[in-house]
Order: sequence, then structure tokens, then C-alpha cells
Amino acid sequence: MTVIQAQGLDLTFQTNDGPVQALRDVNLTIDKGDFVSFIGPSGCGKTTFLRCIAGLETPTGGTLTVNGMTPDEARKSRAYGYVFQAAGLYPWRTIGGNIRLPLEIMGFSKEEQAKRVAKTLDLVDLSGFEKKFPWQLSGGMQQRASIARALSFDADILLMDEPFGALDEIVRDKLNEELLKLWDRTGKTIGFVTHSIPEAVYLSTKIVVMSPRPGRITDVIESTLPRERPLDIRDSAEFIEIAHRVREGLRAGHLDD
Amino acid sequence: MKQRIVPILTVVCAIFAFWYVACIPMNVQETLTAAERAGAVVTPDNARDRAEVGRFALMVQNLDTLGGSWSVDRARLPAPHQVAVELWDSTWNEEVHGRRGIVKSGSLSNRSLIYHGGVTLGATVVGFLIGSGLGVLLAIGIVHSRTMDMSVMPWAIVSQTIPIVALAPMIIVVLYSIGVQGLIPKAVISAYLSFFPVVVGMVKGLRSPDAMQTDLLRTYNASKSDAFWKLRLPSSVPYLFTSLKVGIAASLVGAIVGELPVQRGGLGARMLGGSYYGQTDQIWAALFFAAALAAILVAIIGWIEARTLKRMGVQQ
Repeated sequence: MTVIQAQGLDLTFQTNDGPVQALRDVNLTIDKGDFVSFIGPSGCGKTTFLRCIAGLETPTGGTLTVNGMTPDEARKSRAYGYVFQAAGLYPWRTIGGNIRLPLEIMGFSKEEQAKRVAKTLDLVDLSGFEKKFPWQLSGGMQQRASIARALSFDADILLMDEPFGALDEIVRDKLNEELLKLWDRTGKTIGFVTHSIPEAVYLSTKIVVMSPRPGRITDVIESTLPRERPLDIRDSAEFIEIAHRVREGLRAGHLDD
Repeated sequence: MKQRIVPILTVVCAIFAFWYVACIPMNVQETLTAAERAGAVVTPDNARDRAEVGRFALMVQNLDTLGGSWSVDRARLPAPHQVAVELWDSTWNEEVHGRRGIVKSGSLSNRSLIYHGGVTLGATVVGFLIGSGLGVLLAIGIVHSRTMDMSVMPWAIVSQTIPIVALAPMIIVVLYSIGVQGLIPKAVISAYLSFFPVVVGMVKGLRSPDAMQTDLLRTYNASKSDAFWKLRLPSSVPYLFTSLKVGIAASLVGAIVGELPVQRGGLGARMLGGSYYGQTDQIWAALFFAAALAAILVAIIGWIEARTLKRMGVQQ
């Protein structure tokens, strides 16, 4: 079942230095339960495309549907949870309070709020930290809390904009492994922006390679890796082959520079 | 704490030393007159001639008779200990031992700084509440309405360029003509001075959430009121308290300025009264009393700030 579909999507920003083509002719279909990574150098439009799906940017051409609706309608029907590069937890709210934030806004009852906070805290392995304030947690734990916040209202789509970009590699590996488990348990459709080739290959069922000036898709790679992925799958020949293809795609995008 | 005490005490000592030294040239005429009356030999030997001679020349010619510089009655510059004595006399002694004091008469003496401080404090607090309330409301309007941002902000800035000493008598006269007098006119002047820092601070505070935090609320399709109560207002709290501290000190200045032309009690009246009768120690005592009052008011807000921020989980 198609969840997100982009056809001939264009987005041009009007800046003081003249128009900048952030996205040109982007065509992509994301099915339910897909884990899709967007990879490419800075300025390739991967974050912009994710923001278009979220209805935070408005495309200037082409069509884009999310759950069969326009992105703005999908945003208003609270179709997705969004995880930003920084955890962005409210410092004046406890971890539990931060996860409760979207639930309060969406008008869940008090018992339902408490139930969902407990459930999502458990999902990201932060049970027992409900009453702690963000500054009392490490960066990795804060980012897990922000994922819990995006999961708490149980949207079918999870959009993640370089969520682990600011974390060190050891923490990142662990969180990648946990994210895969979480995806497996919840069956959500995930859009994931990253800079890292191993991260993209390890996580995704579909890897979208993008390149800049103008931002466009240069390759879409369907991963042949099994759903069950231990960390050491990254040493397998299959993994290395896919990573190689991603690298080729990134290089091809730079040839016309 | 220990690290702060030494530098603070050093500065205080330096100020007192400078003050005591400054008393000598400032009071030299009065000192020599008093010494002459007491029978000392002074050059030149009469006050009229001395008035023609410069302060420092007089000091050099009469080095032996300058001992009274720090005990002159109605000095131009009273020495710190004279001010301290006046402070003590016009607070504790007046209330406890004075005929009009609270111990003997049952009500505060109208000669005591406690009574006058109370009068000023009332106007300060009322003016501060009006001013800061108005400031917060204006800031909310400015943040949410572009029209208000364009129209109100420039006038708020212009309002602070008019010297308050020029404006205060007009406010008092205008309000008097419509039958309002007493505390309210002073509170209005206080409010006029205190709303501005609150507006500026709150506008900055309410706008402090970054783009990511605003985007996050958009992904929840949150309403403007949700954004206000759950994001903007909590983000603005540190800014609010900073501007409230500035605001309450400004309120006190406003109340004192409002008391200058009226002479119906208050620290301002006390200061002007002292200058009419050459009682400089009274002016200085009132000045120090006002400074202490301001320090206490700012400390109270600082204490509320610390408690609020602690409850909001801010890292200590």
C-alpha cells in the first residue's frame, strides 16, 4: 500500500541571491512499512524533501500525497511523528512531561496520557526516567526521549531528520540497533535522513541517493538485506556491495560539478 | 560567597575612604567658621575674606584646624558616620524613643524614614503591578500582532525618551484636576517607568523559542494558544524576571520623583525637604534608605525567580 507518493516534485526558494532550486523533478513512492533513508551531501534537498512530506515546506510544483492527502492535510490529521536533529526537549518539562506534550495538545485524556507515556518510555528503554529533567540525561538518552515523544501519539509514519547526527559512533550504533527493533515491533513507515552510508545501508529497506544543485534523486536502491539485522551484518559481502552502490550513486551525482 | 566578599569590601572601603577625604575640601568653609567660633586662630580671620579664597588654599593655610571636617553641623557633605547616625535617629530612635514614635503614640512617626519609606513603598508596589501587568499584556499583543508590533513598539521607545522629572508634575496636575491624588498619581509615574523594561524583556522572551521548537508544534498542528501556554510563556520566564528586577527599581525611582513636587510624605518629599533646610544628612539618609529599599525589592524578586526556575527544573 502506498503511503507517500511524490511525482515531478519541484521546490524553488526565492532568496536574496536569486532563486535556488532545492528540489527538481523528484519522483518517489514509499510503501507502508518501508524504512527509507535519504542520503546525500549537504544541500542535496534531503531534509527539504522530508519537510515537504511533513507539510513544513510547500513545494512549488508537482504533486505529493501522504496517506492519500496533501501533506498539509496529513499534518493536520497528525499523520506523522517528526524527530529533529537536536532532541529539542523542553528544559522545564520532565522527560515524562515532554512525551506528554503532543498528547496534551491532541487532547488525550489524563489516564490515556499516563498509559502512553509509560508505554513509549518502555519502547525506547527509558523506563524509570520519567521524572528526570532533560539536563540529567546524556545526549543519546535525550534523543531517545525525543523519539518517544514522536511515537507517543502512535502516528503510522515516523520522519527522522538526522536524529543521530550529533551523537558519537558508539551511541549511534546502539541507537541504530534499537531503532530497527522498534521499527520491527511497531511496523511504522520511516523516512530517515542521514549523512552516513553505513547507517543508511544498515537501517533501510530502500535507500534514496540524492545530489545537490539542483537537489534531485540520482539512485533508488532496494536493499536485499534480511529484515533481521544484527550489527555484524555490516561485515557481510552483501552489505559491502550495497554500500558500494550507494557510494557510486553519490559520486555520480558529483560528476557534473 | 567568600570569593565575592573580599572584592566587594575592597570597593566599599575605597568609596568610604574617598568620601572621608572629600569631606575636607567640601566642608572647609563651615569647618573653619566653627573652629573660629571655638577660639582657634584661622587665616584669613573672617568668613567674608575666606569666601574669596579657594578651598585648597584654605586647607593649606589652616592644616591644624581641619579636625572638625567630619563633625560639621549642616555640612555640605556629611561624613558617612554622620549619615549613619541620622539613619539610626530617623528610624529606630524616632520610632522607639521619640514622642511621635510607634512605641509612645501607637502610630508611625511622620518624621521617621520608616513612615516615609512605607508611603513610597505603597506607590512603588501599586505602580509596579500596573506597569509590569501592562508590559506583559503589551508584549503578548506585540508578539501576536504585526500591527501592534509596528504601532506600539515605537511609541513605547519614544515614551522613555521624555525626562520623567519633566513629565511627573504634569501627570500630577492633570490627575489632580480630575480629582485623583495621593497614591495613584505616584503609582502612574511608577508604572510609566516600569512597563518599558518589561515590554522589551517579554517581547524578547516570547520570541526566544527557535525555529525547530516552533516547527515541532506545527507537526502537532498545535493552536496559537497551545504554542503560547506551552512554549512561548515558559521560554520567556527567565527574561521576565530579569526585566521585573529592572522594572521594580524603576518603579521606586518613579514613586520618589512623583513625591518631589507634592510634599505629602514619602522618601522624595523627605529628600526635597532636607534640601530646603540645608539638612544634607537627612537627604543622604533618605537616599540610603531608598537604596536599601530598592535592594530589598530586587532581592525579593530574585528569590521568587530562583524558586520559580527551580520548580521549572532549570539546572542549578
